[in-house]
Amino acid sequence: MEQNWKRAKAIFATVLGPPLAWLLLFFLIPLAIVWVYSFGTNVGLTQIAFTGTFSNYARAIEPLYVGIFLKSVGVAGLTTLLCLIVGFPVALAITFAPDRLKAWLILLVMLPFWTNLLIRTYALIAVLRTEGYVNLSLGWLWTHASGLMTMVGMSPLSSFQPLELLHNNFAVVFGLVYVHLPFMVLPLYSALDRLDRSLLEASLDLGAGHVRTMLMVVVPLALPGIASGILITFIPALGAYLTPDLLGGPDSQMIANIIERQFKRANDWPFGAALSFLLMYMTFIAIALQALLAKRKTQAGS
Amino acid sequence: MASKIDLSKRSLMAALGASGAAAIGLSFAGGLAGCSPKPAPKDASVGEGNQLNFYNWDTYIGSNTLADFKTDTGIEVTINLFATADELFAKFKAGNPGFDVIVPPNEFVTRMSQAGMLMALDHAKIPNLKNIDPAFLNPEFDPGRKFSMPYTWSVLGIGYRKSKVKAVPDSWKYLFESEDYKGRIALLSESGDLMRLAAKYRGHSVNNIPAEMIPSLEAMLIKQKPFIKAFHDDNGQDLLLAKDVDLVMEYNGDIAQIMNEDPDIDFVVPKEGSLANSDTLCIPTGAAHPNNAHAFINYLLDAQVGADITKQILYPTPNAAAKALMPESYRSNPVIFPSKDIMAKCEFSLFEGPEKARLFEEAMTRIRAA
Repeated sequence: MEQNWKRAKAIFATVLGPPLAWLLLFFLIPLAIVWVYSFGTNVGLTQIAFTGTFSNYARAIEPLYVGIFLKSVGVAGLTTLLCLIVGFPVALAITFAPDRLKAWLILLVMLPFWTNLLIRTYALIAVLRTEGYVNLSLGWLWTHASGLMTMVGMSPLSSFQPLELLHNNFAVVFGLVYVHLPFMVLPLYSALDRLDRSLLEASLDLGAGHVRTMLMVVVPLALPGIASGILITFIPALGAYLTPDLLGGPDSQMIANIIERQFKRANDWPFGAALSFLLMYMTFIAIALQALLAKRKTQAGS
Repeated sequence: MASKIDLSKRSLMAALGASGAAAIGLSFAGGLAGCSPKPAPKDASVGEGNQLNFYNWDTYIGSNTLADFKTDTGIEVTINLFATADELFAKFKAGNPGFDVIVPPNEFVTRMSQAGMLMALDHAKIPNLKNIDPAFLNPEFDPGRKFSMPYTWSVLGIGYRKSKVKAVPDSWKYLFESEDYKGRIALLSESGDLMRLAAKYRGHSVNNIPAEMIPSLEAMLIKQKPFIKAFHDDNGQDLLLAKDVDLVMEYNGDIAQIMNEDPDIDFVVPKEGSLANSDTLCIPTGAAHPNNAHAFINYLLDAQVGADITKQILYPTPNAAAKALMPESYRSNPVIFPSKDIMAKCEFSLFEGPEKARLFEEAMTRIRAA
């Protein structure tokens, strides 16, 4: 049944043609236009002249914007780390779950995707706000604990102070981890699921403990999955816009918020385009690094 | 491995055929849906069909207004919503995306007319202009009402929770330069409004703020930042209602809407004066239905129609005839209509060119990054 694609060029073209055309027309060409904008200058209120200037990039690497870039990298990095710490045990648990449960557990991980990001973020606001579900529950427990203490003759607790959970950097990282966790769990799961169980048994038989087996056998073998999980969590987290906008406080702006403001409020599309492309170059660098690591890994393995 | 992804030509064709059939089914269903019977229009406008595309803010029209307009004229209004004036401007930057009537605020009337985005209005087709309070007929942002008709006006002030303040916060000081309400303050995130009000607090006009003044305003806000809970996108009334904050910079109409839900909330225009705003009805250049658009604008300026809209949106109306039809509780509401003395200290913001907007925006970026 094996068929060489060269012998079935018609099918190949039929299958590949439409997506390629779509990609070119609706992705690459608009992207190229934005790229050209980044070398342009505003003329009046609506026109952008292509002048080949680098002034937009020069402005984008001023300390103010570099600082915001670094902060975004920091927030995205922390998000990725937390996703890895939380996601790894989850992926491991799914891998070792009974077969009939696996499909359901995977479904549970993917379930949030069925709801729009905006709705999920608003739901988080309802959970975290001053009179949100977390603070209401804690307040209820607090008052009852206080009542209980009075009953047993102790002095009551001072009145409950709601926790500051919303409109700060904590809320932004919390929201980003919540949103990006599936992106981490799924590649980890697919890497762990392919793991040869006999290697684990061998490791345990030969006297390594569970922790040692995990660190010396499972993690190295799952490394490609970990790397791709890190990459596809880090990149969207770096460009996060909605989460810092809705959950953040006065100082929670990330680079995507700055870019949005250039295209809307500031009406400075060339500068916004330059910032977008700097962000994109950073993404390319991350992908290139990952590819380089993967290549070195295969070379070392062979 | 290859055998797994091997596709025979036949199965591929079958798959394509199946999806093709599905597509046909879909378009057919679409066609059926499009054929739903339409009531015959009573009074079709000349040569441009019975359609009108209206681009408006959310919760900014009466619930029956569009249906009543259709009954009266046969013109079917399709409404789309925008969230910020910047979004409106960005949408029109590459040309009119197909709207006939839009609702830009004062500053954007100047900005959009300078950019050639607005069509001059034919006042002969808008006889209801006579209903408008004469005070609104010759504003600085649109002399002679060449491009815009006033729809609502509003004024920025401080919405607050009465049980949480020591006294009425009747100065911008409580938002800009005071440690009294740590973590209980939310300011607008809109850079222009914020810088203009900061200048107003310092005794300057909201307009013609010199570039040299911006660093000191910026420093004041950076110093105040630890006391600010959030910069909000004009949803301050929600933050106040949910008790996330106790003082919020917001428009009087927005606060008036929630005062019915929570009697513990009130609103004050600070004694230094404030920034007034006016949303207007305009016809964008390239509108496909300009006659319908004029008819619609005229309809919205009708006394009874205006009163019905105002009853729902609770914004101050510039329509004197509509205001006369409103109940006393609206006309004498000090939140909706602050006293004449205080209104005398309020100004409309003027569009001062893209360079000024950029200065404000950069200051805001620095404030938030600090």
